[in-house]
Amino acid sequence: MPSPTSNEQRQRNGPEPIIRFDRVNKSFGDLRVLNELSFDIDAGERVTLIGPSGSGKTTILRLLMTLEHVTPVKHPDENGGVIWVEGKPLSHMEKGGKLHVASERYLRQARQKIGMVFQQFNLFPNMKVLRNVTESQVHTLKRSKDEAEAKARDLLELVGLSDKIDNYPSQLSGGQQQRVAIARALAMDPDILLLDEVTSALDPELVADVLGVLRDIADTTSITMLIVTHEMGFARDVSNRVMMFDQGVIVEEDSPDKIFSNPQEVRTQDFLRAVLAE
Amino acid sequence: MNGWSNERAAEIFPMVLEGFWVVLKVALVAGIIAVALGLLIAIAEQTAPTWFRRPLSGVMQFVRNTPLLVQVLLVWYATSLYINPEWTAFAVGSAVLGVHYASYTSESYRAGIEAIPQGQWEAATALSLPVHRTWFAVILPQMMRRSSAAVANWIIAMFKEVPVLFAIGVIEMIARVQEYQGLHYSGSLEGYTIAGLLFLAASYPVAVAMRRLEIRLAKSHF
Ligand SMILES: Nc1ncnc2c1ncn2[C@@H]1O[C@H](COP(=O)(O)OP(=O)(O)OP(=O)(O)O)[C@@H](O)[C@H]1O
Ligand SMILES: [Mg+2]
Repeated sequence: MPSPTSNEQRQRNGPEPIIRFDRVNKSFGDLRVLNELSFDIDAGERVTLIGPSGSGKTTILRLLMTLEHVTPVKHPDENGGVIWVEGKPLSHMEKGGKLHVASERYLRQARQKIGMVFQQFNLFPNMKVLRNVTESQVHTLKRSKDEAEAKARDLLELVGLSDKIDNYPSQLSGGQQQRVAIARALAMDPDILLLDEVTSALDPELVADVLGVLRDIADTTSITMLIVTHEMGFARDVSNRVMMFDQGVIVEEDSPDKIFSNPQEVRTQDFLRAVLAE
Repeated sequence: MNGWSNERAAEIFPMVLEGFWVVLKVALVAGIIAVALGLLIAIAEQTAPTWFRRPLSGVMQFVRNTPLLVQVLLVWYATSLYINPEWTAFAVGSAVLGVHYASYTSESYRAGIEAIPQGQWEAATALSLPVHRTWFAVILPQMMRRSSAAVANWIIAMFKEVPVLFAIGVIEMIARVQEYQGLHYSGSLEGYTIAGLLFLAASYPVAVAMRRLEIRLAKSHF
């Protein structure tokens, strides 16, 4: 299935990818969710993952956030099963020129350039909005309190919540909470932003604001984004590549125009028909 | 047996009150142990390696499932035989009472920790928060909110069990009443009534304060 954006070509020509899945396996017990999955993503790309429920989209994002761990294979140096980020192994660490399963301590460093926004927001309910956005700046990045607060104020302005700084999350609507969560993730200056169905838990009338903020971020930054969404309009506008998954394998990948207007694979056609019929 | 006498009651009151101060002192020491050690146990049950967790929960299982009185007597005789006969009944009794109730409070803390959504841990991970920060800034404040009422109830229950330490000779209220009874062949009725009233007087404000706390928590945004 050669296409202008196929992985093989990119691997031969382009610069080093910011994310590389190299024959990654992931099983939950006996259930094999990812089977030697490989793909590359370049810095600055916006990639939308689509596919039916259970196809492994969330698993891919959670592996990148190191909330899940790859199922190890023997001899990763030859056989892969490794996730690479910015040219460094994420799922593994290099020791004596060989790859070993990453330790918790290694992961703490390795995951710092990756941010995630969750479907359920996951704001810290015991902290006011401002502190939700400063907490990790101060305690992970060791920024001064003043610097962290200035940055938090800027970001909260960006997401349109300057007036909610002193509120607790419980005093905010779902859409507002999600925008705080976006600000919180951006406060860490991530190179990669993972968005897993960030509008699925929202009332329909609140979706547009959140997507608006994400469009802004896409327009004004060069952050690499991995997006899982059912908002096909948003995916079409924001992403430059769409990957269609089914049962943990890439069925088809292409520019959003091609995928949405002229999908080649029957499974993609069926899936899009089902989603758009909703 | 003699009936109620106001004079006797007046005479015995200062003795019982003295015994009650001892009860309060025991409750304070044991209460601090129960609150703090219970928390440490709950955290250890979540974070410690298995080789430590297994025996720990075994010991806690034992502590919860044997009578306090048996534990008090056992530890009292065992420490004086094998460790140090100089240790006072006050010290040993307070420690045993505190550890006994720590085994209950740790369960309340554990329930509070387990009720925190997984997403909170995941958000902390996604932000690479240091472990101590995850615990102290994210988990424990949310746990406290959920567990504080249950822990306070355990401390009140513990308070009412302080007289068990009479068995190893902590000179609290029962000891004082019996002392008086031994000298005057009367006074038990008055003495125990006063003891009961003192417990009530001490528990009541605590119960009111707790009710207030619950209302405040229900109203707050966090
Ligand atoms: N922690 C887990 N334990 C066991 N099975 C899991 C776990 N997490 C995911 N799975 C399984 O892995 C498969 C892939 O799940 P995943 O959440 O990645 O799918 P998805 O593409 O995100 O689906 P959806 O569109 O419903 O969110 C599913 O069959 C799911 O049941
Ligand atoms: Mg999912």
